[in-house]
Amino acid sequence: METFTAVLGVAGGVIAVIGALFLFLGALGIYRMPDVYNRLHAGTKATTLGNILTLVGFGLTHPEWLPKIALVVLFVILTNPLSSHALARAAIRSGVRPVAGTTSDEDCALTGGQKP
Amino acid sequence: MAETLVLVALGIALLAGMLATVQLVRGPDAATRAVALDAITLITLPMMVGLALVVGRSIYIDVALVYAILSFLGVVAFARYLDRGI
Amino acid sequence: MSDTPIKAPVAVLFVFNWILLWVLWVLMVGTLASQELAVGGFVAAIGAVFAVKVAEDGPPLMGGTLLSPRRALGLALYVPYLIWQIVLSNLDVARRVVSPSLPIAPGIVRIKTTLKSPLGRMVLANSITLTPGTLTLDVDGDELCIHWIDAQTGDIEAATKAIVGGFEKRLEVIFG
Repeated sequence: METFTAVLGVAGGVIAVIGALFLFLGALGIYRMPDVYNRLHAGTKATTLGNILTLVGFGLTHPEWLPKIALVVLFVILTNPLSSHALARAAIRSGVRPVAGTTSDEDCALTGGQKP
Repeated sequence: MAETLVLVALGIALLAGMLATVQLVRGPDAATRAVALDAITLITLPMMVGLALVVGRSIYIDVALVYAILSFLGVVAFARYLDRGI
Repeated sequence: MSDTPIKAPVAVLFVFNWILLWVLWVLMVGTLASQELAVGGFVAAIGAVFAVKVAEDGPPLMGGTLLSPRRALGLALYVPYLIWQIVLSNLDVARRVVSPSLPIAPGIVRIKTTLKSPLGRMVLANSITLTPGTLTLDVDGDELCIHWIDAQTGDIEAATKAIVGGFEKRLEVIFG
């Protein structure tokens, strides 16, 4: 039992480090990408996996806190697409232009705040 | 061993948060800053849970939970503001 | 399973919400002590009453009965598929971010969904957003505008097949 907890703790630590690396890649993506839509891809979604992995890893090092951490993970999974979708929609409706070279469908793109 | 790994993960997350903060300051428009802010919240969330592990107080996880809820509302409110003004 | 969305009976909605909120309460307090369970049951019941009121005033969300074995099985199969997709596409975006030349070819494409229920469309839009590489910009009826980090095609049908092909047939089973 003692060794099992120790192994679980180390495995959790490794998972947490991998998750933190994903968080860093997400932040790096925000820094490198050319416009707000590409930044949303890297930023709020590559960080989702990083977030889940880091939280689950932390939870494994302290198994008795796992239920509450699972609640945080669930909440992140449920709300993250909503908030990044809200940001993307607000950006396109307020007329933020995508980077030059973006191909676009004429019915969707750049309705620029005109849609009801 | 596990504690060291937790500290390493926290350090990497801190670097990620700093990089996102640079973008928050640098970003050319308001939407980019909002994206950076959203990313910062997502990075801070596991850091709070990690802090709870390091100091050994489970109450900080509740703080992280409330922070997740409030930051989600904040980002949605900001998106609404960008969309049509308040 | 009918095509037109209908509302679930009030009693079913109430019990569903009650159990959901109660489980949430137990997860948050983190103990199984009898006093906590009792207070949680009481508070969850009050919360469920309000939740049912909101659902009553809103539009109907999906057709057929709320719970059926087919739906439960569909959901049980959908969750692992979604997680696998999230992992795959995260690795893809991570690869793009770290490669020095930044290989992206962004494009905005329009797709058409065959899903009828509003809840199904919402889950589809959120699933698209959760998998990096595609991001839902706007939903207008059965058409979704999607920002694609690596746009291979501007054609509606080809884009629909490439982006939502896998999700749609699984969600069809759940929300039908």
